Amino acid sequence: MNRFPIWKYLLIALVLITATIYTLPNFFGETPAVQISSTRQSTPVDTALMARIETTLKQQGIAPQGIFLDGTSLKVRFKDPDTQIKARDAIQQALGDTYIIALNLLPASPEWLTRLHANPMFLGLDLRGGVHFLLEVDMQAAVEKTMERYAGDVRRELKAAKIRYGTIKRQGDTTLEVQLRDADTLKAAADKLARTLPSVSFDSDDTNFRLTLKLKPEEITRIQSDAVKQNITTLHNRVNELGVAEPVIQQAGPSRIVVQLPGVQDTAKAKDILGRTATLQVRMVEDDPGKVAEALAGNTPAGYELLDEVTSRGTGKILLKKDVELTGDNINSAQPGFDQNGGASVDIGLDSTGAEIFRTLTAESIGKRMAMVLVEKNRSEVVTAPVIRSEIGGGRVQISGSMNPAEANDVALLLRAGSLAAPMNIIEERTIGPSLGKENIEKGFHSTLWGFAAIAVFMAIYYGVFGVISVISLAANLFMLVALLSMLQATLTLPGIAAIALTLGMAIDANVLINERIREELRNGVPPQSAIQAGYGHAWATILDSNVTTLIAGLALLIFGSGPVRGFAVVHCLGIMTSMFSAVLVSRAVVNLWYGRRRRLTSISIGQVWKPDNK
Amino acid sequence: MEFFRIKRDIPFMSYGKLTTTISLVTFILAVVFLFTKGLNLSVEFTGGTVMEVQYQQAANLGDIRHRVETLKVGEVQVQSLGTSRDVLIRLPSKAGTSSAKLSEQVMGLLKAGDASVQLRKVEFVGPSVGEELVSSGLTAILLVCVGIVIYLAIRFEWRLALSAIIANMHDVVIILGCFALFQWEFSLTVLAGVLAVLGYSVNESVVVFDRIRENFRRPAMRGKSTAAVIDNAITATMSRTFITHGSTETMVLSMLLFGGPALHGFAMALTIGIVFGIYSSVLVASPLALALGTKREHMVKIVKPKEEAVV
Repeated sequence: MNRFPIWKYLLIALVLITATIYTLPNFFGETPAVQISSTRQSTPVDTALMARIETTLKQQGIAPQGIFLDGTSLKVRFKDPDTQIKARDAIQQALGDTYIIALNLLPASPEWLTRLHANPMFLGLDLRGGVHFLLEVDMQAAVEKTMERYAGDVRRELKAAKIRYGTIKRQGDTTLEVQLRDADTLKAAADKLARTLPSVSFDSDDTNFRLTLKLKPEEITRIQSDAVKQNITTLHNRVNELGVAEPVIQQAGPSRIVVQLPGVQDTAKAKDILGRTATLQVRMVEDDPGKVAEALAGNTPAGYELLDEVTSRGTGKILLKKDVELTGDNINSAQPGFDQNGGASVDIGLDSTGAEIFRTLTAESIGKRMAMVLVEKNRSEVVTAPVIRSEIGGGRVQISGSMNPAEANDVALLLRAGSLAAPMNIIEERTIGPSLGKENIEKGFHSTLWGFAAIAVFMAIYYGVFGVISVISLAANLFMLVALLSMLQATLTLPGIAAIALTLGMAIDANVLINERIREELRNGVPPQSAIQAGYGHAWATILDSNVTTLIAGLALLIFGSGPVRGFAVVHCLGIMTSMFSAVLVSRAVVNLWYGRRRRLTSISIGQVWKPDNK
Repeated sequence: MEFFRIKRDIPFMSYGKLTTTISLVTFILAVVFLFTKGLNLSVEFTGGTVMEVQYQQAANLGDIRHRVETLKVGEVQVQSLGTSRDVLIRLPSKAGTSSAKLSEQVMGLLKAGDASVQLRKVEFVGPSVGEELVSSGLTAILLVCVGIVIYLAIRFEWRLALSAIIANMHDVVIILGCFALFQWEFSLTVLAGVLAVLGYSVNESVVVFDRIRENFRRPAMRGKSTAAVIDNAITATMSRTFITHGSTETMVLSMLLFGGPALHGFAMALTIGIVFGIYSSVLVASPLALALGTKREHMVKIVKPKEEAVV
């Protein structure tokens, strides 16, 4: 008798139902949508914004198909691309530049599927079109920049401690040499610097009175990882400006960053924005009521400029002098923190030149306001404009007051993101047009479809009912694979589709093995029920061995492959696992349901079982 | 319907000399082509820029070549891609020009000639990336081989493991030889195909080996020579071999026909791999296993008679 215990049928049914549910979203296609998100915590995306957008769209006579909050972004669906673009323009006009407004495509699957987190497969750039960049951060430049800063620090510290010194020279990439006058100054300098510069190791040369400072290896590692992190932050800010719905910006290896912009066609603009250096300026604010009134009336005095200031209380105007006192190049660090009263603050570290300029500037303008302006793409925006309370020396600046912690975080981010920690080079670029992406999907789909159809027809003719059962299990395999890919949201690429097709072509092997084995048993005169049992039993060891070896190859591809190879390997490995389940369990379950119950089974439909006459 | 009506075991092992000669000749030819002609490595390995553009009407390749050459970036390849409207342009990577701006300049020049030209695809790869890919690709092949040998040595026996992997490397070298001979482009996707063949082809050897082991255990086969046992195993799995490979090849052919240029190389590598995979696992791996001296004792544990206890 060939029967499974009831739990096995239930388990298989459960797996197949789950697979079907998670495969479903891939059939519904996509609807055009507008996605609104914010880069700043001080301008949140919430229900208030949702209401605002709803009224805006109503005024314009645009009827959205759905509007919902999804984590940190708001998504509005439309029935066709025309309405989508009209709506985007309307929303852009209403909200201004504070939010990122991007066109997107959302899965059109019904809500109950979305609630189950059943989403369509995540398509790679070669299928949906877009740009892929691999950027390499120039680590040497990052270390050099730090060394220059240290040289400045040494100079400043020694001056402050009134220690006379000769030259400060850079030796190699990570070493500084300070020439001192005698043993006393050498010792004083070493003591003083050891206290203020904990991240370098010191080496005193007592005969030449020379102090050697060397970056500790862990400090070099830290500089490099910080450089990559800061560059990623900067890239995020810049990409936001492009209005890309789902950008991917990730670290890849110790010094590389991957940027993927789906749907972006204008590569020139993308490259321009990624490679741009934003600058931060420190300028003085003019609070003279007469001049401000004049400027607000549209008559800005010469040498002044009227700029926007964005705070959580809305957008205001602020009048600035045109002279730039200090630029972002002199900023080493910017962190959100708290002042002595517990209020939110931003702590800025300046380099030695910056510190000197800042000291003079603050000494001259106590009681006045100073503005930090971010200049990007010829557009200036005042990040913050605090009042100067006292002279600030030493290069440590704290901006506080009239800020909440969220704002402090934003300001710190903007100050940091103003510049790249180190220059980057594009070492790999891939652009795929949207039409090519669509064609790739179509070609991949057709390959799989026709291949599958041909195999199905052949199996049904050659193996009869058992062939049909093999095809059913192959289809189950396809569903499980697609469902698994959808669940994991693994990126599906064209090589991935090729892997689906190939996996199906290879998965049928298990069924062929089983069917051939059953035929062989029948040929030897074994009764059908036992032949089924023996056929599956014998074939199992072979199926396991052959799949494990294929899996070894797949895993090696996964570990060492990159780009297209990895896309292929992920699907290949998953496919091998689903195929073992479907070929052995699913097909056996169907066989058991079909034949297993019949007590007196005299023949089974497995094609012709030919017996040699002269046996 | 039954395709394979084989009455007697086919004496594959007695063809050993002939098949080994054929294998050796194809293998040596493949190696010669690899060394003399070399692989036509894609831009992913060599570094450089590849662009695919589409015109509304048939493209004038001469004019395009002329325009691109004004950039003076070195040897430029311009060829049509499938249809006369699709054009593939390859530009070498040049030391110093790390910027990916090149593709924009080219588009500018092409647009000046015919405004209808559309950019379909750009690939720019820096030279350092390519070197890494070559080394990681070789590591992958090595790792696959080691992994498979270890697994097969545990599951079967080291002689079989060794002959399986030699048979498969033979397939891989022949695929590479074909790519060298016809100067088909060897891309990362093709590499994925080659590695898939490595796994797939071992698969085939495993099925035969499995049968050999089973035969050694069968009482009916006791007393027969190893060669006869192997012949029987191959003959018994013959039908499955052809049907399975036929099915896989159907899928691959479907990719070759409908997959377009992007999957062409991949499908080609697999086609060669499948054809030689059958040949090598039947006619290379098994004779090798025989030559290495595989015996029944290696596969079937013989229960030693217990020694008498000494008082």
